Amino acid sequence: MEFISGIVFSILSVIAFYIFAKKLLTIKRNIHLGRPVELNDQPIARWKNVFLLALGQKKMFRNIPVALLHLILYVGFIIINIELLEIIIDGIFGTHRFFMPYLGVLYPILINSFEVLAFLVFVACLFFLSRRNIIHVKRLISNDLTGWPKTDANLILVIEIVLMGLFLTMNASDPSANFIISSWIKPALSNLNEHQLHTIEQTAWWIHILGIYAFMNYLPYSKHLHIILAFPNAYYASLEPKGKMHNMVAVQNEVLYAMQPELAPTNAAPPEKFGAKDVMDLSWKNLMDAYSCTECGRCSAACPANSTGKLLSPRKIMMDTRDRLETVGKNIDANGQFVDDGKSLLNDHITIEELRACTTCNACVEECPVSISPMDIIIELRRSLIMEDSNAPSEWNGMFSNIENNFAPWKFAPDDRDAWTKQS
Amino acid sequence: MKVSTMAEMMAAGTKPEVLFWVGCAGSFDQRAQKITKAFATILDKAGVVYAILGKEEACTGDPARRAGNEFMFQMMAYQNIQVMNAYEIKKIVTTCPHCFNTLKNEYPALGGNYDVIHHTQFLQELIENGKIKISDSNEWKGKTITYHDSCYLGRANDIYEAPRKVLESLDVELKEMRRCKSKGLCCGAGGAQMFKEEEKGTSRVNMERADEAIETKADFVASACPFCNTMMTDGIKNRDAEVKTEVLDIAEIIAKAIQ
Repeated sequence: MEFISGIVFSILSVIAFYIFAKKLLTIKRNIHLGRPVELNDQPIARWKNVFLLALGQKKMFRNIPVALLHLILYVGFIIINIELLEIIIDGIFGTHRFFMPYLGVLYPILINSFEVLAFLVFVACLFFLSRRNIIHVKRLISNDLTGWPKTDANLILVIEIVLMGLFLTMNASDPSANFIISSWIKPALSNLNEHQLHTIEQTAWWIHILGIYAFMNYLPYSKHLHIILAFPNAYYASLEPKGKMHNMVAVQNEVLYAMQPELAPTNAAPPEKFGAKDVMDLSWKNLMDAYSCTECGRCSAACPANSTGKLLSPRKIMMDTRDRLETVGKNIDANGQFVDDGKSLLNDHITIEELRACTTCNACVEECPVSISPMDIIIELRRSLIMEDSNAPSEWNGMFSNIENNFAPWKFAPDDRDAWTKQS
Repeated sequence: MKVSTMAEMMAAGTKPEVLFWVGCAGSFDQRAQKITKAFATILDKAGVVYAILGKEEACTGDPARRAGNEFMFQMMAYQNIQVMNAYEIKKIVTTCPHCFNTLKNEYPALGGNYDVIHHTQFLQELIENGKIKISDSNEWKGKTITYHDSCYLGRANDIYEAPRKVLESLDVELKEMRRCKSKGLCCGAGGAQMFKEEEKGTSRVNMERADEAIETKADFVASACPFCNTMMTDGIKNRDAEVKTEVLDIAEIIAKAIQ
């Protein structure tokens, strides 16, 4: 019996990890649909970001109570997963608490600390659920999240609560075990005989591990993917001052050759597409940003445009990018290569009005706990609007022509530039 | 006032310690001209040998680039870098955070490598080196001032302390707004918003920021950017018709406080 269950469990494990790995590879491929960009310089500074921003969750600590609760979830997630090792070994070999004899006195200490964490995770999840559904924290009930994103967020919290419950029930129904938190549940099971207890323990064990496999495979479709991508995203985060915009070398050269034709190569390649109209025109880092986004909305809460009722929401920019990228990915899966579907990120997902509202203040970039730059995407789409579609508000066209003719964004005579020196 | 241009300096066979990049707002906008003159006065008093480009200066291209017009930006950058490299410019000080950011961060990739500092940093240096002395009986003493962080100085370039250090030298009470430093709220002008109507919304960005400034009950609002200055002045005018909290650039505040 134990032998068969071991085989069944092993097969299920292989399937779960296979599907998960396959989906991760698809995501990796999708990210690499983006424009190449070199982000491998200064490894020390990059690793520092991984430790500070991803592992240390530095940005989260801009709001300490929430940061502490999130830290519990995060530490809980990592530490309790150590116990998964034993759970999986027990499943495959039909053992029972495989590590217990080897670890001796350390074993109950470990399990007790897992239980305490499980309990804290349980409480933190309840608190986070209440922020979304009872307290109604503004950024967590915004229209950006209507529909699936709202369900996704609640689902994650409910699943974690259920998994923690199962883990504790499993320990509580083990007659040979007596741990700190699960012993609170024991009285409720005191009327059951050994066989019934064993059935409960086995059932909780199975639902728990299958739940974890299901959750693992749910990650790539969820905002929860940030638990993985926050790390590479921190590594590849920009190390430049936030005010520095990415230089368009093709345009730089066009201008240079216009001014100094003698420098122009005879076989000058036609210029690339200007700016980004669709996800493939963005950099792979922009696309990794989209998959890393956990839809927390700190960006939009800090956005001056969003907080004054404009259509722009940096969070929505990221969610739109991910949605469009998923669509493009499925298109490639179905057709072998991308077949034009008549849609694009610009216009079909992100409207001109949204893009026009950005003040490039970098508040969204500053706030993001997982090193995303929504502003980068906004700028690339703006570039496409202006340089590919010549689509600018009339005031901007006026500003451009003033700069071109008068060397200032306003219509003043260039000769008056130093007129202030003659004023009293 | 007598301000030398680079051309004049070159003709006289001299070189300035620093180029004062005035910027379009500082050159043409009537309100910002006062900031320019205040800063020039301070430079004179401190005995700094400086020059401007005068008619040879042109827009850095910042608003065009942020609006999405890279061609226009590259044209302006090319022109400015040609001029500055011809004069062998080494050090630039500017009263505009947008010019500061572009000159400092974006021109190097295009061949324009200069040591660029913002005027609040320059003022901090002048005060620390004793080149300018704050009068003990300066008119700001005992007043409360709130400083509005410019996005292009703050988040864009992590300059939060220099403007505050300069203000602290005045023996004033600095009162921070609800959102300040890296959390500071934009005035609404950046990203070429200055040059167009705001998009449809429930409120204006500058009004929201003006409310935060008024909330501090400070006597003055200090700014370090000509665009922030305009936006904050307009916002406060709209919100606070009676009190008329004045918005002053740090250069103007210091110009009135030095011996």
